[in-house]
Amino acid sequence: MKKLLSAVLATALIVSMLSGCAGASADTAATQSNASDTSAVSSDSSDQASTGAATFKIGGIGPITGGAAVYGLAVMNAAQIAIDEINAAGGINGYQVEYNFQDDELDNEKSVNAYNTLKDWGMQILMGTVTSGCCVAVASETAKDNMFQITPSGSAVDCIANPNVFQVCFTDPNQGIAAADYIADNGVASKVAVIYDSSDVYSSGIYAKFAEEATAKGLEIVSAEAFTADNKTDFSVQLQKAQENGAELVFLPIYYTEASLILSQADKMGYATKFFGCDGLDGILGVENFDASLAEGVMLLTPFAADATDDATKAFVAEYNKRFGENPNQFAADAYDAVYTIKAILEAGNVDPSMSVSDICEKCKSGMTSVSIDGLTGLGMTWSADGAVNKAPKAMEIKGGEYKLIQ
Amino acid sequence: MSFISYLINGISLGSVYAIIALGYTMVYGIAKMLNFAHGDIIMVGSYVIFCLMSGTGMSPLVSVILSIVCCTALGITVEAIAYRPLRGAASPLAVLITAIGVSYFLQNTALLIFGANTKQFTSVIKMEPIQLFSGQVTVTGETLVTIVCCLIIMIVLLTFINKTKAGQAMLAVSEDQGAAKLMGINVNGTISLTFAIGSGLAAIAGMLLCSSYPSLTPYTGSMPGIKAFVAAVFGGIGSIPGAFVGGIILGIIEIMSKAYISSQLSDAIVFMVLIIVLLVKPTGLMGKKIQEKV
Repeated sequence: MKKLLSAVLATALIVSMLSGCAGASADTAATQSNASDTSAVSSDSSDQASTGAATFKIGGIGPITGGAAVYGLAVMNAAQIAIDEINAAGGINGYQVEYNFQDDELDNEKSVNAYNTLKDWGMQILMGTVTSGCCVAVASETAKDNMFQITPSGSAVDCIANPNVFQVCFTDPNQGIAAADYIADNGVASKVAVIYDSSDVYSSGIYAKFAEEATAKGLEIVSAEAFTADNKTDFSVQLQKAQENGAELVFLPIYYTEASLILSQADKMGYATKFFGCDGLDGILGVENFDASLAEGVMLLTPFAADATDDATKAFVAEYNKRFGENPNQFAADAYDAVYTIKAILEAGNVDPSMSVSDICEKCKSGMTSVSIDGLTGLGMTWSADGAVNKAPKAMEIKGGEYKLIQ
Repeated sequence: MSFISYLINGISLGSVYAIIALGYTMVYGIAKMLNFAHGDIIMVGSYVIFCLMSGTGMSPLVSVILSIVCCTALGITVEAIAYRPLRGAASPLAVLITAIGVSYFLQNTALLIFGANTKQFTSVIKMEPIQLFSGQVTVTGETLVTIVCCLIIMIVLLTFINKTKAGQAMLAVSEDQGAAKLMGINVNGTISLTFAIGSGLAAIAGMLLCSSYPSLTPYTGSMPGIKAFVAAVFGGIGSIPGAFVGGIILGIIEIMSKAYISSQLSDAIVFMVLIIVLLVKPTGLMGKKIQEKV
């Protein structure tokens, strides 16, 4: 009996371990069936052309489980919408597009594993990764392979250190600068406190540039307190310092999970102030059972507003709602734009799937700097050779449980 | 004034560590094993309360009681399936590794059932914060309830262990399992009871942890669990008053080093203090030194 029980438990344990990489195991079969295909693509393209079954293989990586799952799921879902639309309209250069998204659980090592899984699958272009830390880890791998990579939302500068990586979202410095400019130019506050995550490249990157720009613009940073990944439940000290130093606004260049804790702790200690964040706060209203009144009046800079009235946004929001039952956030919009950007440059370079990964990358790299995209996250988006995007941010405010564009 | 406020924040954080540490130290003291899954039982307990309260709209009190029942059952099951068969293993490491395995098992199961998205826990404690010094210092209801709970649990545990037959059996088992068995004590039953109590305490700890820090994920229990383990070692692992004192002191050190030294270095400072304490007093602040008889 005991033996049976332990056998059952052991099996259950193994199942649970494997569940994390369920996607990976499901793809093993696909990998095997595609193995011959892939080698044919890279070595001999002549017999590919006759079959007509060649497809573009676009991979995606992001956290669809774990603390940042909201971002990964948004990217995965939105990219799927874009790819379905493209395939329905006849594909890219007449070739259909295959899409495969892998989970990285916000873990650098798992992200690199996911990249290797996708490479085995035969990926030609990587649309990812979703978060900065993982993106930096994967970018050094794509640089080795010279694989074209476009990250929808990895915003650290290090993400685009290599010439083969481009960003759809703003870089962290740009977010920091834009936030400081917005606060100063619109007279939102003059005394600012910052609470940031010093163990996270995204957060500390924004903070560094914000501090520089804020000083240049005459804002006074009265307190700048950090926390780390291992110490992110209690924010009483950080909030109290902000309060004691008379901050009129608390700048939160962090992700929404911690931000929701900060908001509820500020509420408990009776500290009413303005909170201002970047795109990491996008998603805070999606926290289950979240008391939206806590977030009332929270302002954030993000390039996408689900309540915008242009046709492209309306169509995208309607489709996303139909399929996934919620309003898309900025990450979804970034991913949608990323896929259409890939389409535009593949068409501009007249790329076909029989080309090698490295050749596709070269074509895409030269295409990126000359293309101009009218996307959901900005009109006339252009890219410089360093990989950073050029577009204008929008300021949003949370009102009555909705993200509203500040006009 | 800000010092008093930091002190109260420290006590508030420390009381959460203390209540988790009580469960750790209880199990270690009797069964002589580190139950690394303790933090995850806390997480399970919190999810049970969350589901009952927001899913079925049950009253907080009923939810907490049901959560205690669930966690107790879970604790006994885990002990019976995963720890008991290994009790005779040659290396004490075997059961430690199993405990880590159970911890991951619970986390991943929660991930499968509840998903990764953060859930906002509604505080079960409906008590207005108390304002001191004309509003300059705020003591939240959660802090008061946590400290009171800690004290009550501590007193009840001490009385139980020292005054009841089952408690005396626990003491005997903790001193020498072999001898206890020869004296006619049901060792397996006693250890099961220890796990049942420890896991029931985990449910209460989960309720208090999530009321104070209301974001609930499958990983909610792990970091506070580790900190509470440190608190238990700090106070002298196996000692019930030690866990309480260790937890409170750890919370105060953490908040004070955040406030006056550096908000980033607080963990480093906490662990440095732990090392110093263990160098000076290897059994922890209130741990008993047990002489090996030859």
